[in-house]
Amino acid sequence: MKKSILRYFTGVFMCLVLTQTVSAQTESDAIMIPKNYLCAAGMFAHNSWDHYWEGTLNRNNLNLGTVSSNVYNVGLVYGLSNRINISAFVPYIQTNVSAGTLRGQRGIQDINLAFKWMAIREQIGSGLFSFHAIATGSIPLGNYQPDYLPLALGSRSRSIAFRGLVNYQVGRFFVAGAGQYVHRDNITIDRDSYYTTEMHYTNQVAMPNASNFLVSAGFRSLQLNVEAIATKYTTLGGFDITRNNMPFPSNRMNATAVGGLAKYMFQSIQGLELTARSSYVVAGRNVGQNLQVFGGIDYIFSVKKEKSDK
Amino acid sequence: MKKAILYIIPLLVATIIGSCKKDITERNAVYPALAPANIDLNADTWVPILTATSTFTVATPDVITSPNYLADVNEIKSYQKNITDDQKAIVKYWSAGSVLRWNEILRELVAKHNLPPYQKDDGTYPFPSAANPLAYPLFPFSNPPYAARAYAYVSAAQYDALVQAWKFKKQFNRAAPYTNDATVQALVPKSALPAYPSEDAVVAGATAKMMELLFPGDLDYIQQKVAEEKLYRLIAGANTRSDWDAGENLGKQVANVFLTRARGDKAGAAIGTQADWTAFETTATAAGQTPWISLELPKRPPMLPLFPKVTPFLFPSATVVALRPPAPYSTTSPEFKKEADEVLTMSQNYSREHERIVSFWADGVGTVTPPGHWNSIAAEEFARQNYSEVRWARNLALLNMAEMDAAIVCWDAKYFYFNPRPTQMFANIKTLTGIPNFPSYTSGHSNFSGAAATVLTYLLPDRGTKFMDMAHEAAMSRLYGAIHYRSDCEVGLQTGAKVGEYAIARAKTDGAGN
Repeated sequence: MKKSILRYFTGVFMCLVLTQTVSAQTESDAIMIPKNYLCAAGMFAHNSWDHYWEGTLNRNNLNLGTVSSNVYNVGLVYGLSNRINISAFVPYIQTNVSAGTLRGQRGIQDINLAFKWMAIREQIGSGLFSFHAIATGSIPLGNYQPDYLPLALGSRSRSIAFRGLVNYQVGRFFVAGAGQYVHRDNITIDRDSYYTTEMHYTNQVAMPNASNFLVSAGFRSLQLNVEAIATKYTTLGGFDITRNNMPFPSNRMNATAVGGLAKYMFQSIQGLELTARSSYVVAGRNVGQNLQVFGGIDYIFSVKKEKSDK
Repeated sequence: MKKAILYIIPLLVATIIGSCKKDITERNAVYPALAPANIDLNADTWVPILTATSTFTVATPDVITSPNYLADVNEIKSYQKNITDDQKAIVKYWSAGSVLRWNEILRELVAKHNLPPYQKDDGTYPFPSAANPLAYPLFPFSNPPYAARAYAYVSAAQYDALVQAWKFKKQFNRAAPYTNDATVQALVPKSALPAYPSEDAVVAGATAKMMELLFPGDLDYIQQKVAEEKLYRLIAGANTRSDWDAGENLGKQVANVFLTRARGDKAGAAIGTQADWTAFETTATAAGQTPWISLELPKRPPMLPLFPKVTPFLFPSATVVALRPPAPYSTTSPEFKKEADEVLTMSQNYSREHERIVSFWADGVGTVTPPGHWNSIAAEEFARQNYSEVRWARNLALLNMAEMDAAIVCWDAKYFYFNPRPTQMFANIKTLTGIPNFPSYTSGHSNFSGAAATVLTYLLPDRGTKFMDMAHEAAMSRLYGAIHYRSDCEVGLQTGAKVGEYAIARAKTDGAGN
């Protein structure tokens, strides 16, 4: 019994998908790790696109070729209780273009912190219903250049986000939906003035806030988790890239992505999991038409000697 | 435990959101109202740029006891009776100064239009058409030479218009409404300068007229700004409608002199033809040098290669050739290779300070360009000096004419030598900013910065080496960015400084004192 409970709740819950333009977050699964368990996670993601949306116009750019990034993300998730998990992740990113002359960037991006609370968990009908409230925050760690799109490592904005997540599981099948609001702080750039739709004489840039919606459905067993995911990220404000102009951090960046995930949980080595995931941006505005492939490895283990559960 | 968390979460949220303030106060929003330390009443004797022998007409104003004047004053009083918040904002904005604000508006239009046209399907590039400015590609493409010329013409026209206005001001000597009628409030610092014709209006009239040539697709925006400034002068009690109209009309007359010059200064033909572009290549190859090649895809024709033929403001065209620096290192020489190696080292250097400097001075696509950056630096310095409008215009004209002439001299060297960029010779040199689409020797940023810093150091000697230090950083930013050799930057800085000296020579003899 103990063993199966552990397996059931096992999982990394906070895996930010970091692209250099939009961070589509898929931390929102309804999986928790138990009290006093720690999950150590390592991930690799590769992003690439050769088309992007200049405003609403889908185009390529021979002077960029394919824009790509490699994201190496490591972090920890800890079960404060069976209902509360906290986590911290830090990514190292490299960016590159295949054509033109621009030099890519590399470095540590932002620390991403999360607090996940399973507020409701009860039997409804034949299934199990849960509601999670998730607060996340990001704080820039590296002093990277945010005003170097599309090769910047990130927007170097402090942000805080709140997500509500509902999950309903019948047997081994589940559906989930989540809504998130992202509040982004002003950023500081190296220039002392810039033009958006008008001139600004300051090195401060007001970043638009954002919303992020997600639906997913799939299958979960003790060994295997397979799901399909769709996300819709929308900045609430911002402006379009004008014709043949450069992108800017406070552009209106929207992205609708579809993808899938498969996670395998080893039976032979307790606590070891492998995740493969991919997503593709099918509609967007002022973002790259990104294809992401992702691989992750987690190891979950108890940090206290056997204690009675709760 | 659970309860505690329920309290802690909202508290945490409130704290973090509270610390995420989004209000930004921009530097140009906090300028004080212009209150000249010296009204420069003798500016009617200052030497204008083009209009020393021109004749302008300004009608004799109505006397202040006439029904027309009284009606004008009553109009002011009716505005002042009920000032809206929007009108207060207009007063606050414009009271910083007419020359200051119109330079700002010009910079905004430059940034808006500083976008290279997108290629056609066949891989060739379209050129903007002044005859059809609102069709893509929008006219103009306000790249650095175009922008330098625009800033120069507008500033020079503003200066001449003000010198001419001062003559009529002294001739007619009609005071401001707030002086003529004690019940008219002064919502700006009072000035003893005669109000007819309005100095704000001559600046607005001259600038708006110049825009018909320079930014013909934005005249609606310009006219809206003119109307706003006119309203400001009336609401503020500083001008009557007739003060304004006479000034705006005079400004347009003066601008016409500058428009005639601009239409004949050969800038319109600066794009050149395929035959011109090929000739540069042939000449460089014949001299045993690797010719410049566009690094854009598809290859773009070089930017304004015939700009060297444009008529300068501060010296005759022959001086352009005299100021041409000696040849760059031969593309086959060991010195050339050594300089390229240094550029490669910069390309591979991930110093954050270098990145900051490159970005701060990049002034590339979608920006006010380097002459605009220096215009902005100058404006922020001048705003601390309590200049009169006419001194504002004179000093910016000196700066902006030097920038235009620096563009001509720099472009002359670029196309005379047709020297390749580092990345063209060594593809492993990756750059920290976009490579401009014209030859390497000498650096435009360095010329612009050398000229600007020389002029500003003369005008504001108490700033010490501040501007020269900035110019040096701007020049080196192009080496750090891996888009220029060191000699491009160093020689460019020196050549720019030589151009700046011509502006100083003018400043010393224009009757305005320092």
